[in-house]
Amino acid sequence: MKWNLKIVELIRPVQRFKTLKPFKSFKALAMLMLLAGGTTTGCRQQMADQPHARPLEPSGFFDDGMASRPVPPGTVPRGEEPGELLHPGKIAGKSAEQLPFAVTREVLARGQERYEIYCAPCHDRLGTGQGMVVRRGFPRAHSFHDPRLLEAPASHFFEVMTRGFGAMPSYAEALPPADRRAVIAYIRALQLSRNVRLADLPPEDQEKLRSIK
Amino acid sequence: MAQIFHPSTNTLSRVTIFGALFLIIGLLWLLAQINRSPYVTDVNVVRAQPVPFSHQHHVSGIGIDCRYCHKSVENSSFAGIPSTSTCMNCHAHIWTNSEMLEPVRESFRTGRPLRWTRVHDLPDFVYFNHSIHVQKGVGCVTCHGRVDLMPLMRQAESLQMEWCLACHRAPARFVRPREHVFQMDWVPSIDQQDLGEELVRKYNIRVEQLTDCSICHR
Ligand code: HEC
Ligand code: HEC
Ligand code: HEC
Ligand code: HEC
Ligand code: HEC
Ligand code: HEC
Repeated sequence: MKWNLKIVELIRPVQRFKTLKPFKSFKALAMLMLLAGGTTTGCRQQMADQPHARPLEPSGFFDDGMASRPVPPGTVPRGEEPGELLHPGKIAGKSAEQLPFAVTREVLARGQERYEIYCAPCHDRLGTGQGMVVRRGFPRAHSFHDPRLLEAPASHFFEVMTRGFGAMPSYAEALPPADRRAVIAYIRALQLSRNVRLADLPPEDQEKLRSIK
Repeated sequence: MAQIFHPSTNTLSRVTIFGALFLIIGLLWLLAQINRSPYVTDVNVVRAQPVPFSHQHHVSGIGIDCRYCHKSVENSSFAGIPSTSTCMNCHAHIWTNSEMLEPVRESFRTGRPLRWTRVHDLPDFVYFNHSIHVQKGVGCVTCHGRVDLMPLMRQAESLQMEWCLACHRAPARFVRPREHVFQMDWVPSIDQQDLGEELVRKYNIRVEQLTDCSICHR
């Protein structure tokens, strides 16, 4: 995979033993010893920094020095269908035209939330490809409202999110397959929002629109 | 027989006894103050980082959601620190000549991790979990302050036990609707106490057990 997954480490600040700090200078130490009658918290240091690794801490145990292990290539997380990861976007070996589940309000809400976190910085909230990062110089993507992308099968979007596309990085790490599908559902809703016929709307909404005119 | 002690010793001894009492109380008070001061708690202390990463630029400037970078905050105890490749999502194409970003590019080339220094660091004998707080409507801003206005990351609260407990005793003063957890500038449209009490019921927050020692010291 082109995009390495976990390359980051979180080290502890040098002065990590907070309550030991007043003891930094001898004067403070002498004063405190006198006052507190020697009730210094001597064992705190070990309790506060125990010999186990917290997430992303460095570790001398592994060759690369990282306690959090990168996912070995080709591993399939528990509960995930292997096929979904090995043949992204394909259902039963065929390129998926449609989403393999019913699109409910919950799916769309989840899709919208994920879209606005992970896609909107570049594709903007409407999908026209003029997000804030693009305005600061990132290459511009085609609008999701282009006829080509209106026609594109669901699998195209799935592939792009999984593997990346040109200047666009992969979002497989951030979005598990179910979320990727929810995002597709939401992109479909965005696309529909610009191509809907008046007659397809519920009567109340038709009324509302007419009253605006 | 002549008096051994001059009469003024009476006053002197009184002054010493009471004076010592005041001195001890005063010094204990001073100790408590020192213990709560930024000198000990590290509040507002900025740490040297490999890259001077600005939340202000990225969060309020570009409008990136916390979860774009802190991916595991919703479903893990650990909020997550973005990997080098997360920075490269954007910085492979923008600011590619920036001096400041050289450590990021180097880490990406060599596969050696970027080493960020922790800003918040609880002792290991305390158990903290982000996901429960996010799910029960405690906003990032309640504990981390206005991150979107911080050019460099700093700690906004003491993270001492009394601080955790101040909220665990009465969470209604702080909880907000779940969908606004990541919003930095959210303010309640109705009275916080009324809203909080309603949400404590709705999210089933069990206030009676939140101050048990075993919640945080497991
Ligand atoms: C860092 C900016 C960025 C982010 C974030 C981003 N994209 Fe993209 N995307 C691009 C760019 C740039 C292109 C155009 C790539 C090219 O043509 O070289 C693109 C192309 C695409 C395409 C292909 C369009 C075509 O022309 O066929 C799809 C589909 C897509 N993105 C979907 C998404 C989805 C879904 C997300 C959220 C999970 C997302 N993108 C997040 C920058 C981004
Ligand atoms: C573009 C990526 C990015 C975004 C978006 C982002 N952060 Fe960060 N955050 C980082 C990086 C990198 C660090 C580590 C460097 C540092 O401490 O300054 C960090 C550190 C932190 C820390 C301190 C961690 C420690 O060491 O104790 C907190 C707290 C934090 N972020 C909160 C937030 C909140 C709240 C938001 C949303 C408003 C947010 N971040 C959005 C990248 C990001
Ligand atoms: C979603 C896109 C995006 C991501 C992800 C991102 N940045 Fe940025 N970054 C930007 C943009 C856009 C700017 C320019 C800001 C401006 O013009 O206000 C920038 C500016 C910067 C600068 C200032 C550069 C200079 O020379 O002034 C630094 C440093 C930086 N980013 C570090 C990081 C680090 C470290 C990460 C990874 C934790 C990261 N960025 C992730 C979009 C991003
Ligand atoms: C109830 C208070 C609280 C809330 C709410 C909270 N944090 Fe934290 N955060 C902490 C504490 C305490 C630590 C230090 C944890 C440690 O040292 O183990 C921390 C640490 C972090 C870190 C450093 C990595 C880690 O997990 O140790 C990041 C990043 C972070 N928080 C981001 C966020 C974001 C983003 C949000 C909003 C979704 C958030 N926090 C909400 C209290 C909170
Ligand atoms: C602003 C309010 C607030 C602050 C500050 C806060 N908490 Fe919490 N905490 C909550 C709420 C609300 C819950 C959810 C309780 C529930 O669901 O019953 C919670 C739950 C928890 C839980 C899980 C409880 C369980 O049932 O397993 C732990 C552990 C915890 N907090 C630790 C901490 C620690 C440690 C700190 C200080 C570093 C802290 N909290 C600071 C509001 C807060
Ligand atoms: C809401 C979470 C929470 C609960 C509940 C809690 N503690 Fe703590 N406790 C903490 C935190 C956080 C610290 C670390 C304070 C620091 O770093 O200054 C701590 C530190 C301590 C220390 C070490 C003090 C020191 O300065 O070295 C002791 C002893 C302690 N707690 C005892 C208790 C006892 C006894 C109870 C039950 C009555 C309890 N705690 C309940 C969060 C909690």
